[in-house]
Amino acid sequence: MEETIELEIFRYRPDQEDRPTFQTYEIPFRKDWVVLDAINYIKDQIDGTLSYRWSCRMGVCGSCGMMVNGVPKLTCATFLKDYYPDKIRVEPLAGFPVERDLVIVMDDFIHKLKEIKPWIIRREGEEKPIEEGEYLQSPAELAEYKQYSMCINCMLCYAACPVYALDNTFVGPAAIALAQRYNMDSRDQGREQREEIIASNEGIWECTFVGECSVACPKSVDPAGAIQRAKVGSTIDWYKDLLMPWGGKKR
Amino acid sequence: MKSYRRPVPNTLWLSRRPYILFIIRELTAVFVGAYCVLLLFFIYKLGKGLEAYQGMLDALKSPLSIILHLIALAFAIYHSVTWFNLTPKIMVLQIGEERVPAFLIAGANFAAWLGLSVILAWVIIGV
Repeated sequence: MEETIELEIFRYRPDQEDRPTFQTYEIPFRKDWVVLDAINYIKDQIDGTLSYRWSCRMGVCGSCGMMVNGVPKLTCATFLKDYYPDKIRVEPLAGFPVERDLVIVMDDFIHKLKEIKPWIIRREGEEKPIEEGEYLQSPAELAEYKQYSMCINCMLCYAACPVYALDNTFVGPAAIALAQRYNMDSRDQGREQREEIIASNEGIWECTFVGECSVACPKSVDPAGAIQRAKVGSTIDWYKDLLMPWGGKKR
Repeated sequence: MKSYRRPVPNTLWLSRRPYILFIIRELTAVFVGAYCVLLLFFIYKLGKGLEAYQGMLDALKSPLSIILHLIALAFAIYHSVTWFNLTPKIMVLQIGEERVPAFLIAGANFAAWLGLSVILAWVIIGV
């Protein structure tokens, strides 16, 4: 007899119902299948009404993040065999409103990404003319921020963060890690501008260092580390302002 | 089409093991803080004279006090260990293109902790 596994999937169809429900599907169990394969099987063979996001199937696009048994995971990298023979519960990423079934509303995240100005900023008058060529950077300078540049915007870190779940105004792990990625870039001079958001009440100081964002991150970006380092930077700024109110060049 | 916001229960902190371990770490601060108050109280009693101080020393030898001390010690150790383990995330040292490995940074903290504890033990027991 063919081995099967059950998937209990979060359903929310705003055109039909006010509240979400769970629907259980029994599908063939295959050792080489990931949760996304199972969901694709359901969509193709059992229930075409199921909605979810996915694209690359190889941990690059960051689209297929979902809660698998309450833990945020890229479903393309989460194997059924690690749960078999138990039932697997699949829900949309925690902390976000649900648009439909497993699809979340990501507007808040996109807004926050833009808010921290994720591009190289030069001080006025310090922008090099194009003829002078690129800003050079040593491998050591690249190594300073490279880890933080690996983010694929999958939002698993937000779904792992209990602070974000309780208070959606928190700027959140990925956005702060991205700000840190530019702040630590030797070519960038925009830290002061980003501090308005990063060092605000909704920024780094909301973080209580649960650390689960870094555990959830499929790209080892370590947003928790980025946030704590940003706290150290802001604290140093504060003491500098206190001890040297006449100022000095900000880092 | 209206989106659905899932309710967040007050028991969120109990919903996953890592959250529980985190909230215990937060809770340890209460015990560490309470112990600081106790030490301040010690100084206050010392100011009141030798007799008051001796009275407090005797009170601390009661079984209840010893149990409370053991509980506070357990929480203080949990507090220190969990925080020291997190130090590599905060203190990132880069030499050239390489980062100083996490175990060295955490290890340095543990070594300092051990060193200071030995000195304290020597001061208290040795003299």
